[in-house]
Amino acid sequence: MDTAVEVRDAVAVLGSFPALAGADLTVRRGEIVLLRGPNGAGKTTLLRVCAGLVPLARGSAHVLGLDVATHRDAVRARVGLLGHANGLYDELTVTENVRFWAGAAGASSADVAAVLSRLGLAGRLADVAVSRLSAGQRRRTALACLVARRAEVWLLDEPHAGLDVTGRDDLDATLVAAATAGATIVLASHELDRATRLATRVVEVVGGTVREAP
Amino acid sequence: MSARGVSVWHVARAVATKDLRIEWRSRVVTHQVVPFAGLVLVMFAFALDVESVMQRVAPGLVWLAIMFCQFFLVQRAFAVETADGALDALRVAGVDPAGVFLGKALALMVQLMALVALLLVGAVLLYRAEVRANGAVLLVATAVTATAGLACVGTLYGGLAAGAKGRETLLPLLLTPVVAPVLIAAARATEAALGTAGTAMEDGWPWLGVLSTYAVAFGVVGTVAFGPLIEE
Repeated sequence: MDTAVEVRDAVAVLGSFPALAGADLTVRRGEIVLLRGPNGAGKTTLLRVCAGLVPLARGSAHVLGLDVATHRDAVRARVGLLGHANGLYDELTVTENVRFWAGAAGASSADVAAVLSRLGLAGRLADVAVSRLSAGQRRRTALACLVARRAEVWLLDEPHAGLDVTGRDDLDATLVAAATAGATIVLASHELDRATRLATRVVEVVGGTVREAP
Repeated sequence: MSARGVSVWHVARAVATKDLRIEWRSRVVTHQVVPFAGLVLVMFAFALDVESVMQRVAPGLVWLAIMFCQFFLVQRAFAVETADGALDALRVAGVDPAGVFLGKALALMVQLMALVALLLVGAVLLYRAEVRANGAVLLVATAVTATAGLACVGTLYGGLAAGAKGRETLLPLLLTPVVAPVLIAAARATEAALGTAGTAMEDGWPWLGVLSTYAVAFGVVGTVAFGPLIEE
């Protein structure tokens, strides 16, 4: 099976706001797909639909062949979502956070050191409490948690936010390596130049619908 | 077993270890909750001011102070999960919610047990409550079952209130009537263990049964209901 994400005629309503209005999206395994579009276009909602966080009023969403509505837990076990919040515990160190997320999600914590090293968090930073990190370092730590979980589909909402140039380079290298290893990546970003270079395909999200970018 | 094949107990241990480590590092319990509990005992002593009355009501006051502290501990246990979206991240990561419930309840229970031990010592010192040696088993069993019940119900309602507006005030409002059976049963069992006002030891065991039933009931309900609850 070649399709990792398949969203068909998706309609999602947040309160009274129609966040998705008949969105269609197909992502093949190993692709890096950039969702671009203005604020409020529905990019975040589309990612959250794929993670089983937003129910659809109409249409369907399948991830790795599983219907998100009926196999939510199985889907969640195989996807990783990095949203606007980082999901970190301030009092724990970088290593402890990554180890916790890897362990709780059933991934091996043996290669935590390698993950930290890849994202520039090894050495002195590894034992620093997250509360003492800069916004960019926190974002890197959140990414490290995601990488350590070994998700098959990565859903990233503004992953470059708060990162310095080195952090962005490390992130891009990590995403390319993950995609090469077979992971599927869907990201929403306003860092268009960088994200467009990174992506294997770009789609536009406008008014709750999706279309191929020119 | 979660979708990834991780056992509930593995998740529970990871969550409990994480929560206890966070509390140890933050010092909120030792620097804020314990002093508050001590102040409550002192205030009761000032308000009652008659040694015989204080001795008589000491078990009830200890458990009342524990109930107040439980509100802080439950708020705190869920504040660390919501501050940076960790509760959402746990849901999306497919982490077994039953394991999260049991882990958080276990960590809460450990903290409540430590508080009970400290407050009982405080009650002996402040209220001159007497301790009889043969009541130790009943006293320990009461502390274990009562704190287990408080931890389970606190975690369940903490999860319920975690996403609500005004959760700081909502939680005590929701919890107070629900923990009333623990307050009553734990106070009666503690009276029997200490021999307060000539209470016989045998009178305490039925209350221990009430506490055990309560703990098991909320443990089972919490394990089953916690997932749907945090999903809402």
